[in-house]
Amino acid sequence: MAETSPSRVSYDFVTRAIARTLGNPGKGYYALLALAIALLGVGIVCLLFLLRYGLGLAGYSHPVYWAVYITCFVFWVGIAHSGTLISAILFLFRSGWRTAVYRTAEAMTVFAVMTAGLFPLIHIGRQWYFYWLIPYPNERGLWPNFKSPLIWDEFAIGTYFTVSTVFLIMGLIPDIAAVRDVATGWRKKLYAITALGWRGTNEQWRHYTRGYLYLAALATPLVLSVHSVVSWDFAMALVPGWHATLFAPYFVAGAIYSGVAMVITLLVPIRKLFHLEELITVHHFENLAKLCLLTGLIVSMSYCTENFTAWFSGNAHERAAFWYRAFGPFWWASWTMNICNGLLPWLLWRKNVRTSILALFVISIFVNIGMWFERFVIIVVSLAGEPFTKWTNAVYNPTWADWGVMAGSFGWFFMWFLLFVKNFPAVSISEVKEVLPPPRGKASKVHA
Amino acid sequence: MMALPKPLNDLFLPPPTPGVLAVFAQLDTTLDAIKKLRAAGHTDFTVYSPIPRHEIEDALGQPVSPVRMFTLVGGIAGCSIGAWITLWMSADWPILTGGKPIGAIPPYVVIMFEMTILFGALSTILGILLNTLFAARRAGTILYDPRFTNDRFGIFVPAGSDKAAKVESLLRDAGAEEVRRG
Repeated sequence: MAETSPSRVSYDFVTRAIARTLGNPGKGYYALLALAIALLGVGIVCLLFLLRYGLGLAGYSHPVYWAVYITCFVFWVGIAHSGTLISAILFLFRSGWRTAVYRTAEAMTVFAVMTAGLFPLIHIGRQWYFYWLIPYPNERGLWPNFKSPLIWDEFAIGTYFTVSTVFLIMGLIPDIAAVRDVATGWRKKLYAITALGWRGTNEQWRHYTRGYLYLAALATPLVLSVHSVVSWDFAMALVPGWHATLFAPYFVAGAIYSGVAMVITLLVPIRKLFHLEELITVHHFENLAKLCLLTGLIVSMSYCTENFTAWFSGNAHERAAFWYRAFGPFWWASWTMNICNGLLPWLLWRKNVRTSILALFVISIFVNIGMWFERFVIIVVSLAGEPFTKWTNAVYNPTWADWGVMAGSFGWFFMWFLLFVKNFPAVSISEVKEVLPPPRGKASKVHA
Repeated sequence: MMALPKPLNDLFLPPPTPGVLAVFAQLDTTLDAIKKLRAAGHTDFTVYSPIPRHEIEDALGQPVSPVRMFTLVGGIAGCSIGAWITLWMSADWPILTGGKPIGAIPPYVVIMFEMTILFGALSTILGILLNTLFAARRAGTILYDPRFTNDRFGIFVPAGSDKAAKVESLLRDAGAEEVRRG
């Protein structure tokens, strides 16, 4: 926080600046919230049609039975990843700059996993049998097959959702206590209950800081495992374009890339709406941009490796799959992915781009688009070009039901996120104070 | 408020602890006061701070929190449960899939790993909650000031009316901004 003026940013300033975000946020906020709820409405209407008339409304067409919904699932799980990266991995690395942005990233993680979790349920079509996914021995003969990556995925996503939620709540407790002590009216009562009796005593901090450290230590391997397991949903299958050992690191890097981009997309309006310019500075955005650049380069490297392996393997199916990707009927999706993810991050080598909030906002949106298309290309295009079936060139086109549900998922995600930042401290109060110099000096001794 | 029977009343609404509360504006005056209190033989005082500081922990000389045992036990339990459900469910209803053995270890490692993390994390939370719950019950009976979550440090020293004056002067000498009795 070297670049914030130390005279102005005191402990008291931090508490008041963040407590202010819980007040009236103005018209801009409600306009965004209304937009989010409207999008969610579109999604719900499409879902009701799907429930009534079945999954035929979505554009499934043999051999493409994993399509936009699974693309969205992987996209949202990916978005979730940077939250835990920033809150847990950078915590273990003792990066001071994470304190100003990690709460937003962590909340984003929880809501993104919540969104992702809906898609397998939408995809199964008969949502009322959702409990068949839960692996337990039963009398219906649906015995779980633990050799299937789909069941690993369920364990991974379930664990990730639980752990990231408790991690978020744990971090919130001292901050809720801080806003409790400055709030008035019904909010004071709400925060008094949710602060769980936190008073910042030495005993409380002693157990809390230890526990937080271990949670971070557990969340770190977890975050790396979750997208690896998601990638095995594909890599364990024999489809050309999927069956690669590269997939786990490739997916994890891509997940963090898209997640950091989403953090930037969310922080820009939040910072403006809630006047947090002095706490979330250009320095923080620059660091996020550097993370984006690093992971973007890993992703580009993976694209090159993937294509090289396809060519170098000499395997005709593998070569055909990658040729189909680049020059087949879905060429537009592949090139959107290559340009947004492979070329665009190169702009971030320039410091004046990394320190321009507007430029970062625009780039981050394109990265999100690119990463959505990456999943679309991997999932849909690999299936559509599958050389093992006779119906390879079946026409696959996403329908209004696909796009509507996808729009609804964005609405669902943004609605939860906006409600969160309005009602809970969106920037960690105690951790921002931790990176400030503590009040020192013997001044008070004179007055005593 | 409704009167509770005596044992319940003692548990949920314990009587306030008599003592002295000092408010400090600076970290180093707080540390000074902690050292002086310890030198004077006080051990059961409470330090409030808006953020965790290693200096305070060091000055208090606290032992390492037992939360780590919860994490360890939870992690080991999770790993064992992961191994148990996969191996037992597979052996109980053997289905050959993918030409793999019924009790195939490599794919089950994924489940064991995820369960290790899940149980480790949940029991860490349980450890924090249980440990702070005992601390919080005691904290509920002593004086508090809302500034302690904002920008002030505080020390509460339990002391009867006979010792309170002495403690008060010690805290003032250490540089307390404000001292009051409760």
